[in-house]
Amino acid sequence: MGMTITEKILAKAAQRKNVVAGETVWLNVDILMTHDVCGPPTVAIWKKEFGEQAKVWDKQKLVIFPDHYIFTKNAHANRNVSVLRQFAADYNLPNYYDVGTERYKGVCHLALAEEGFNVPGTVLIGTDSHTCTSGAFGMFATGVGNTDAAFILGTGKIWEKIPESMKFTFNGTLPEYLTAKDLILHILGDITTDGATYRAMEFDGEAIEAMNMFERMTLTNMAIEAGGMNGIIAVDQVTRNYLNDIGVTGYEELYSDKDALYHSKFNYDVSKIEPTVAKPHSPDNRDTVKNVEGTALTKCYIGSCTGGKITDFQFAAKILFGQKVKVPTFIVPASTKVAKQLDVETINGITLKEIFVNAGCVIAESSCAACLGGPSDTIGRSVEGDVVISTTNRNFPGRMGSKNSQVYLASPLTVASSAVTGKITDPRKFL
Amino acid sequence: MENLIVGKAYVLGDNIDTDQIIPAEHLVYSTSDPEELKKYGHFALSSVPIDKAGLPEGGKLFISGDNYQSEYNIIIGGSNFGCGSSREHAPLALQVAGVKVVIAESYARIFYRNAVDGGFLIPYEGTEKLNDKIKTGDKIEVDLIDNKIKNLNSGKEYQLRPLGSVYDIVNSGGIFNYARQNKMI
Ligand code: SF4
Repeated sequence: MGMTITEKILAKAAQRKNVVAGETVWLNVDILMTHDVCGPPTVAIWKKEFGEQAKVWDKQKLVIFPDHYIFTKNAHANRNVSVLRQFAADYNLPNYYDVGTERYKGVCHLALAEEGFNVPGTVLIGTDSHTCTSGAFGMFATGVGNTDAAFILGTGKIWEKIPESMKFTFNGTLPEYLTAKDLILHILGDITTDGATYRAMEFDGEAIEAMNMFERMTLTNMAIEAGGMNGIIAVDQVTRNYLNDIGVTGYEELYSDKDALYHSKFNYDVSKIEPTVAKPHSPDNRDTVKNVEGTALTKCYIGSCTGGKITDFQFAAKILFGQKVKVPTFIVPASTKVAKQLDVETINGITLKEIFVNAGCVIAESSCAACLGGPSDTIGRSVEGDVVISTTNRNFPGRMGSKNSQVYLASPLTVASSAVTGKITDPRKFL
Repeated sequence: MENLIVGKAYVLGDNIDTDQIIPAEHLVYSTSDPEELKKYGHFALSSVPIDKAGLPEGGKLFISGDNYQSEYNIIIGGSNFGCGSSREHAPLALQVAGVKVVIAESYARIFYRNAVDGGFLIPYEGTEKLNDKIKTGDKIEVDLIDNKIKNLNSGKEYQLRPLGSVYDIVNSGGIFNYARQNKMI
């Protein structure tokens, strides 16, 4: 019997010929990623279990990005970054990207891609649930808790139960009013927040093939919102071109066999999908933008590993060109590279940054910022009574700050259109 | 760890989240103080709605009175067992209450990993839905070698999905003990 791409990657990492869904195997980890929230407790467990003389299993394979609580006066948050800085200095770690230096990158999941740590066919484990983002590069990537990360830090190994796979095929050409965000919110409405629990979510079809890497990452990013263990898209020419541009070569391309066994398969015709939102307070609370059109807003937010990539800002700029926003609108580039690109990318000779500034948006420094609320001085954080529309990935109560705020999740096109009118607005009005 | 676990079943529905297993307000107790640790057992499954507590009838408390250990040591759950927050206190609370095995249709991945890596309990998956076939209070025999369970009340047997390495990890008392015993660290 054939294997899925996820099974093949895991078999390879387990040094096995075959694996079947449901069995448990030990994997060799290619990259362990951590950040300022989970890094310090991971290091503490590692020291406790392996002793003060503990050794990092492979310094080249450990990647640390401070990104969550960065630009704040909060003492506990700053202490976390100090712990990481000290750890990196003590062990002379090559892949530490300190804030306040030239090396600072911003949100880990995008930084992993930009820095060439996303390598097809490999296994990447991170102390963050959205580690599944990296699956857009035809690799296995998933999140773990601190105990598991501490174990990897000392051994380079992790056990995993081989997941069953679900396949999501998108046929047709994506209309200009839709983005990857609409597609993943659409899936979530169909399968709910536990619809892919402990399973792999594999994406393919014409509409996916036509997407650039950043849009693909929006899909894999939100696999965890359905409980998925990983999201994955096989390598094609788009992947190869991206990797070639940043100098990543010599990787293994793996593909699902025709006779691979799937838990389930879903087929979508993208021409039938409408601009989509997730209403408060769950990412699976799906509705069409049309149905909630006119809902009055107090804030708009474009940022995060899901919705703060260069393509997200290109979508938003298309709408905001020559317009003025009616409610406070925050532009938070996920990475410092994206922030620089805002000065370079143009529409009709005007840079994206100028478009946003002219429209009256607030441009923030690269980090997770208000995607997960954060300390009280975090830019864009929601306050009591706020009604926010956001390109982020979660809208549980209190996720973006106040428990007494409401968050709608939507595509950058929908968020930008809503910013112009101050009410939830279908992007087709501006396209 | 014994290879045959015999005990009484406590049957639950789908989506038993970590807040139902151990409500957030009780996470204040020390996990290293043996007296305080008992509190975790005492409050285990205390937020399961009473009509869903001990299916099919419901209304059967998992922990009675001031006890911290349950008369039930095998949990039969539905799908997505252990969803919600990533708190490691959830499998711990069940362990303190005396639970040795959970048999569910599926697990939220982080609960599953925590249960195993902390050496708290065995998370088995059934090959079919079992929480509509077994009743709370049924006497159950779980065979960890042949991966099957027998309902001693009805005489029926059901196959479970093999545990693989998970058995060895729980048997060693958690991931770090396992690794030491196997000279991985
Ligand atoms: S941007 Fe949001 S979802 Fe992404 S890593 Fe940061 S906090 Fe998590």
